[in-house]
Amino acid sequence: MSAPNKSYDPVEVEALKPEVVEQARDEALAAFAAAADLDELKQAKVAHTGDRSPLSLANREIGALPPQAKAAAGKLIGQARGAVNQALAKRQVELEAERDARVLVEEAVDVTLPYGRVPRGARHPLTTLAERIEDTFVAMGYQVASGPEVEAEWLNFDALNLHADHPARSMQDTFFVEAPDGSADSGMVLRTQTSPVQIRAMLAGEPPLYAVSPGRVYRTDELDATHTPVFRQVEAIAVDEGITFGHLKGTIEVLVEKLIGGGLELRWRPSYFPFTEPSAEIDLQCFVCRGASVGNPDRPCRTCSSEGWIELGGCGVVNPRVLVAAGIDPSRYSGFAFGLGLERILMNRHNVADMRDMVEGDVRFTLPFGMEI
Amino acid sequence: MRVPLSWLREYVDLPAGETGRDVAARLVRAGLEVETVEQLGTDVKGPLVVGEVLSIEELTGFKKPIRHCFVNVGAANGTGEPQEIVCGATNFQVGDKVVVILPGGVLPGPFPISARQTYGHTSAGMICSARELGMGDDHNGIIVLPPEYEPGTDAIELLQLVDEVLDIAVTPDRGYCLSMRGVAREAAAAYGLPLADPALLDVPPANSYGYLVKVADPVGCDRFVARTVTGVDPGAKSPIWLQRRLQKAGIRPVSLAVDITNYVMLEVGQPLHAYDRNRVDGPIQVRRAVEGEELTTLDGVKRKLSAEDLLICDNSGPIGLAGVMGGASTEILDPVVDAETGLATGTTDIIVEAAHFEPVAIARTAKRHKLPSEASKRFERGVDPEAARAAAQRAVDLLVLIAGGTAEAGVTDIAAPHPVRTIPIDADLPDRVAGAEYGRETVTRRLQEVGCTVVGTDVLEVTPPSWRPDLTDPYDLAEEVIRLEGYDNVPARMPVTPPGRGLSEAQRFHRRVGVALAGAGYVEINAYPFVGDASFDALGLEADDARRRTVKLVNPLNDAEPALRTTLLPGLLGALRRNVGRGNTDLALFETGTVFLPKAEPKVAPRLPVDRRPTEEQLAELNAALPDQPRRVAVALTGERLPSGWWGKGAPSGWADAVEAARVVAAAAGVELTVRQAQYAPWHPGRCAELLVGEEVVGHAGELHPRVVKALHLPERTSAMELDLDLLFEDGRRVSGPPVSAYPVATQDVALIVDAAVHAADVEAALREGAGELLESLRLFDVFTGEQAGAGKKSLAYTLRFRATDRTLTADEASAAREAAVAVAAERTGAVLRGA
Ligand SMILES: [Zn+2]
Repeated sequence: MSAPNKSYDPVEVEALKPEVVEQARDEALAAFAAAADLDELKQAKVAHTGDRSPLSLANREIGALPPQAKAAAGKLIGQARGAVNQALAKRQVELEAERDARVLVEEAVDVTLPYGRVPRGARHPLTTLAERIEDTFVAMGYQVASGPEVEAEWLNFDALNLHADHPARSMQDTFFVEAPDGSADSGMVLRTQTSPVQIRAMLAGEPPLYAVSPGRVYRTDELDATHTPVFRQVEAIAVDEGITFGHLKGTIEVLVEKLIGGGLELRWRPSYFPFTEPSAEIDLQCFVCRGASVGNPDRPCRTCSSEGWIELGGCGVVNPRVLVAAGIDPSRYSGFAFGLGLERILMNRHNVADMRDMVEGDVRFTLPFGMEI
Repeated sequence: MRVPLSWLREYVDLPAGETGRDVAARLVRAGLEVETVEQLGTDVKGPLVVGEVLSIEELTGFKKPIRHCFVNVGAANGTGEPQEIVCGATNFQVGDKVVVILPGGVLPGPFPISARQTYGHTSAGMICSARELGMGDDHNGIIVLPPEYEPGTDAIELLQLVDEVLDIAVTPDRGYCLSMRGVAREAAAAYGLPLADPALLDVPPANSYGYLVKVADPVGCDRFVARTVTGVDPGAKSPIWLQRRLQKAGIRPVSLAVDITNYVMLEVGQPLHAYDRNRVDGPIQVRRAVEGEELTTLDGVKRKLSAEDLLICDNSGPIGLAGVMGGASTEILDPVVDAETGLATGTTDIIVEAAHFEPVAIARTAKRHKLPSEASKRFERGVDPEAARAAAQRAVDLLVLIAGGTAEAGVTDIAAPHPVRTIPIDADLPDRVAGAEYGRETVTRRLQEVGCTVVGTDVLEVTPPSWRPDLTDPYDLAEEVIRLEGYDNVPARMPVTPPGRGLSEAQRFHRRVGVALAGAGYVEINAYPFVGDASFDALGLEADDARRRTVKLVNPLNDAEPALRTTLLPGLLGALRRNVGRGNTDLALFETGTVFLPKAEPKVAPRLPVDRRPTEEQLAELNAALPDQPRRVAVALTGERLPSGWWGKGAPSGWADAVEAARVVAAAAGVELTVRQAQYAPWHPGRCAELLVGEEVVGHAGELHPRVVKALHLPERTSAMELDLDLLFEDGRRVSGPPVSAYPVATQDVALIVDAAVHAADVEAALREGAGELLESLRLFDVFTGEQAGAGKKSLAYTLRFRATDRTLTADEASAAREAAVAVAAERTGAVLRGA
């Protein structure tokens, strides 16, 4: 850079004359405004702000000015360049926005196109229903217990107070396992109920015992709309000091509220099961018609067959003989037990009309249930 | 037990307006399972009247006999003129009293009746059969009434058509409710009304001149009452009221003697048997059968007897299966009516048996001979032994009343001594069982209502009634009190449970498997576990394949599938085929469940005692007899795994998906799965993967053998996987968080040429080992065979990513690691760097 020239007057320098600077500024502003796209703007930018642009060249002249002239010239050029850069940035933003808007429009797609790339799966509703019931009990402090499906007769019958000639034993149509000699005396059956799991749980340790046992059970029924030879039960048992029939009622009320909903009446019918005494069948007020269909042919109800009640399951206070067989002192402990048929609950809770749908494995039935029930 | 409401009212004075439904509701709350309340006669509309047949003209020229009749219906038709009726039945004659429905009436159907022209005559009404009136399924022509009824009398009332019938399913503990007497007792308690007990009869005491009976087995038969009625009119018929009660209770009227025994059985619950005294040879004996003895029962079947069968015998041998069914040889004879005199000949002298047999003996005999009878059903569940005398008396009275016989003075009554059963019960036991406060007075009152005798204060000494053999311990009594007080009135409360431990690790794992597979697009199914030889043949299992050793059922639903599955595949592939058959073509199914593997030496599971806890040894023996029942998971795939669509081509499912499903499950288990080439049925010998954890084989996956696909009618290239979940599960697993390095990654690609037979898994394992700790990940991104790879060779291209935890790797370090990896691969698998 040249040394300061004391006699140098900016007005005398052509490039630093205010009207020239203003003209250069205005030309720049006009060029930016006229740029139709980002490419043109880029060219205008080079022309008006680049090293060879008039304002850059003028700026260089300032260095040669005498100190007293530098400030004024600097201010003049600075203001002009500020205005130019500002206009450039503004135009840049405008043009980018224009371009983006255009590109995004061009890139638009039909987002309603179906996309089945990843096929969906589903869990069987009986599985998820069992888990839901398990979770309700686990939240109450129960453990989940399980046992074998081919079970000893002693556990499936005898220990449950069903001796060999008990009439109730013929009520259950049992699959018998073949003995080594080909006879039916293997002492084993396909379990007809999940109750043997309760005996196993009781044999496993001292009370308190709170257990829920879901599982597959077997009876020799032919498959039809309301029967299947292989079906699922969930049973629960509580053995502790001072357990009463009232505790059974309270527990089932909680389960029903969680599973079906609140505000429904329960009906407790005395019944007979060898392993409980007293025994009861539980009916749930029909949650569809709430009894309005009873004796009212104009308003038939499919869910309860216009009976007003839905059979939920059987229950009772554990028969002391069962406690004895499981090695629990009935003078100290008492218990309750109950069992529910999962297929029936699924039919009622989810309007499934035909039990065969749960058995056949048609994906059209299972898929809508998804991962949770 | 079918209970006509009109009959029930004979023993309990129920409120007049009480309907069948009302009574049913009360009985249900007391523990009787009322299945239905049938409305009888609501679909019959009169005029339905008694008619007297005045004339019969047989019409000819029709395909069947047709009668043109005139019937006197009294004033019922408004004119008093004979009613002209055309009738298709022929079991009546002039002078008979019949049941006529007149025009304007309606029969069940509904069939409105009007005068019409038929067979060339006017028919103004109809002569009715029992079935047409909805009285029963008897169709032996029209009803012929006893002669004493006046023409024109209303027959709806006469035939007691209008009634309600409660159908009660009686649980095994309530045998006494298989009688009107028992149900009436429950109704009386439910309404708080007195019971008119039909078994409270004046009965003459036993004496020595009744029919001679010897009971050789007082355990099997602890009561035997025999009474004799002589001079019975063999032609006597059951009166309408008796027939109607039987019909409503669901028992078909047969003949007077049989009807009376059935009637008394329904009334007091005591099964009776009637013998033709003149056909019984000498004294009656009760004894067990001798193996090989034979008896022809009433149903005409000749039966081989077993030494356990309890028999009624005379000098000729067996004459009845005690408590189950009588014999043909001493049966009451069908009357033979002399056409000229109208007099009937047949059985005139009858022995009535009212006995009490041991429930188990009867149950076994009925089961053994497949003869569940009304009698055996009652004996099995317990009959009131004290009702035998009254029941016999009731039958004698009815025979005398209806058939004009004479009751002989001899009364046989053999009774084994019965100890009085007294049960001590803490007066507060019902309170403790229910969790309610009844108090001693209520407990005592309720037990008395049941029929018990109760004495005592804090401890009650309770003697149950003879008809309640089911009441044997204090809890039985507590149940009676709680039941009668109403379960609805027991206050509900929650037990205080100890802190819960949640699901076990294994349970959480089983859930994860289902969630993972469903998340990977698989749909869960639940197949039946029943299989047969054909299932294994279709899978192409060798004759000595371990999976052909099965646990078998004695009584399978289907004889072709008598065994339990040893693999999940038959059921799963069955479901796959069913889906395909229904047009669901792109399928990925899974199932989890147990298989049943017989023990090497099958044993019998012992029958342990129930009066105490079995010992650990006994339980171990019991468990050791059970087959192994491991839990498995299986998948099956067909069709497109990834569908084609506007985004491009999809991908068919195949062996790799099946193997990947195993990896999904292994990931859920948190274990490393090793895959090895194998040959194992039912898989394609070149496309079968053996799945291992460590050195243990846990399952197989791949494409099914084409022969299997064909045999099972599956789509080509169907793939499947089966894994043992128990072997996969490892309790107490805990993942250590790995260090995550923030230094940059160094990526190196290698392309290796190996023999085509070399397994990618081996190459990968060698690369990993050689690459050492710096290797972060390794990915096979290309496989090809062909000219470029060379004959019998294949090219495997990998991306190796290296990274250190404490520094940025230099290019030299990364290259060295890569070379080390290649070196080990070369040594182990003969791999050569492509282009080298
Ligand atoms: Zn309803």
